[in-house]
Amino acid sequence: MEPILRMEGISKAFPGVQALDKVDFEAYLGEVTALVGENGAGKSTLMKILSGAYKKDSGRIYLDGKRIELENPYHAQKLGISTIYQEFNLTPNQTVAANIFCNREPRKNGILGNLGFIDKEKMEREAKKLLDIIGADISPSQLVRNLSVAERQMVEIAKALSFKAKIIIMDEPTSALGPEEVEKLFKIIQQLKEQGIAVIFISHRLEEVFRIADRITVLRDGKLVGTMTRDSATPEKVINLMVNRPLSEMYGKQESAVKKDVVLEVRNLSKKGVIENVNFKLYKGEILGIAGLVGSGRTEMVRLIFGADKKDSGEIYLEGEKIEINSPEDAVRFGIGLVPEDRQNQGLILKLAVRENIGISILDRLKRKITVDRKKLTEIAQNFVGRLNIKTPSLLQKALYLSGGNQQKVVLAKWLALNPKVLILDEPTRGIDVGAKVEVHMIINQLAKSGIGIIMISSEMPEVIAMSDRILVMNEGKIVAEFNREEATQEKIMAYAAGHKS
Amino acid sequence: MREKTAVRFLRFQRVQEIGILFILLFLVVFLSIATPTFFTSTNIFNILRAFSWIAISAFGISMVIITGGIDLSVGSVMALSGLITAMMIKANLGVFLSILGGLFIGAFVGFINGFLVSKANLPPFVATLGTMSIARGFCYGLTGGWPVRELPRSFMFLGQYDIPLFGLGIPLPVVIMIILGIITSIFLNRTAWGYKIYAVGGNEQAANLSGINTGRVKLLVYTLCGFLTAIGGLLMTARLGVAAPTAASGYELDIIAAAVIGGTSLSGGEGTVLGVLIGAAIMQVLRTGMVLLGFPAYWQPSAIGAIIILAIIFDQYRKKRMGLLR
Repeated sequence: MEPILRMEGISKAFPGVQALDKVDFEAYLGEVTALVGENGAGKSTLMKILSGAYKKDSGRIYLDGKRIELENPYHAQKLGISTIYQEFNLTPNQTVAANIFCNREPRKNGILGNLGFIDKEKMEREAKKLLDIIGADISPSQLVRNLSVAERQMVEIAKALSFKAKIIIMDEPTSALGPEEVEKLFKIIQQLKEQGIAVIFISHRLEEVFRIADRITVLRDGKLVGTMTRDSATPEKVINLMVNRPLSEMYGKQESAVKKDVVLEVRNLSKKGVIENVNFKLYKGEILGIAGLVGSGRTEMVRLIFGADKKDSGEIYLEGEKIEINSPEDAVRFGIGLVPEDRQNQGLILKLAVRENIGISILDRLKRKITVDRKKLTEIAQNFVGRLNIKTPSLLQKALYLSGGNQQKVVLAKWLALNPKVLILDEPTRGIDVGAKVEVHMIINQLAKSGIGIIMISSEMPEVIAMSDRILVMNEGKIVAEFNREEATQEKIMAYAAGHKS
Repeated sequence: MREKTAVRFLRFQRVQEIGILFILLFLVVFLSIATPTFFTSTNIFNILRAFSWIAISAFGISMVIITGGIDLSVGSVMALSGLITAMMIKANLGVFLSILGGLFIGAFVGFINGFLVSKANLPPFVATLGTMSIARGFCYGLTGGWPVRELPRSFMFLGQYDIPLFGLGIPLPVVIMIILGIITSIFLNRTAWGYKIYAVGGNEQAANLSGINTGRVKLLVYTLCGFLTAIGGLLMTARLGVAAPTAASGYELDIIAAAVIGGTSLSGGEGTVLGVLIGAAIMQVLRTGMVLLGFPAYWQPSAIGAIIILAIIFDQYRKKRMGLLR
């Protein structure tokens, strides 16, 4: 059988990273091809190239044997390649039918149609037909805002069908769905297969991949590392392909600085639909790694601890005493810092200078009568710029103009200025270059040595394993495994993180 | 490369304040040459006095705008605070207590604005659009639409007294404006609250995650804006000698314009008191200049509107430059 889609030697580089390196990929009509890999393996980049959102640097794409050059997402859609994104592109205040036929609404006959009047009945009739094909029981005249997440997804799929899609890409389609909704989605995918459509299914959840896929393609570090039919694949084999790589030497092993005293304890932390009954202890000087896949609830968990989101229940003890954290303000007062995942939007105030960014959490301590003691602020900022080797032409440089690594160091400096007891790091080295990464690792190690308890979320398996004294693995909002540094391996962690074991 | 553009950008930023100062000086020089009356101490002080209350309120609104908000109620608050004070004086409550009453009302409306924005999570535009109308309604309702006249000398003194200095008579409102400008500037640039105000406007999410209580910051700036606006309202009322329920109609536009012309970015995080002061001065010089030049009075609003649009285009242009650099 000839593949409907063939991608050959696709490469794509972003500043500082080779996201894709000569990747080949094929998809067949009437089949589900699963694309798997760790976070950052290049799955999304590859699919964004296929959907026209990114331009490839090199390589060829053949659709139905003909070479194509994709100009933009709309072009890809017209050629029959549709994508169902994790975040839907629907307008909530319009009807289902209007969304499906957005910008292609059927016109009324005659002069009214030429004037732009829309034939609403026809549009809703056509929409109903499409929804029936996938067995979705949704009224075309309903407003999208009244639909559940699963129903919105169905609308997206119907929209893809309205473009006469030959290929439908689903990017983590099950990540926001409950178990029953996943079953429904799988039935829809079955329908699509029967319609002779090629489905590309991106997922972290191996269990789902093995249920639905006919063919599995594995990416690692932007390279194709294996492609196989489901029958010749085993979960162990796929996990091996996903993570198998030598621990790079950059993560220098340091001696552990863990002390006996518990600095932070979390008991029964829950938030409905996000986090379920999380319990753990953090010791002084310990680096506690949190592993898990995107969407496993890691970020949500630390935001609950930090007071950035409201928890439903749960208790937090700091140095043995129960504390109430209802806002980040409270957390900071208790000496807990959070380096967020999204440095530019959550960690820094880009319009403000390096000095002000470093001093922002300790303003109240810098008061001299009524004004802020600028001399002291400058001293503190200068000290951290030196200690953390932050490369900036001046303390008054706006944070906007620093490189990613230096920006991250400014965020770290902000929390160090607070002299925290607990520091939570969410993806501390994401998107920064290798040199800065090593420096950030060294800073983290020093902090632990000074007695701070550190919680570090990272999607980079080697980083978690090399840096952590202890590792918690999360899956679907729960802690599903705990490893000491000696017993942790990428394979074991991945098996739990992907929900293959529990 | 990055540093070079950064330096150029920083210079550009500074030019923005120097730039508008230059525009102001140009207008002053032009009008001094074109009209015989412009550059006389009487006229200059009249201009200063006339924009003092606009500028004082603009100091307040610039703080609100720096946090990324807006306050449309300032015109109504000006009228209401003046009116409350005038009515209290008429009720024989004494000038001092009456002034406190007017200031309290201004701060109170500001507090309500802040509450609606930070606690009820209303968009600032909508919240203050509502209070704008509510406050104006009180002006009419409390007076039945009639102005309060014949205010005592001891109150009018505030708006009309000239301090004899260097052989000139410097109007008291101008002195108050300068003092408040200095205080606001110190508040914004030197106190922890000021730092927090810039932080909230620069990036609310990051400010929150840095442990800043963003709601409290907003509550504060709206309350201060109401308070400063009330001071402006009292000075205006004292100057005019009458508290009319229709007073200061449409002033919110002038006040916002003064802040925006002065370089306060409507997207938040940027703005200085000096800029606002220059912005307010430009507005008033333009207005007086148009009169002196014989520019038809009925067309003046159009000219002022055009200037506001040009200022905002300028603001967008600066933002675009930033966006490109990001």
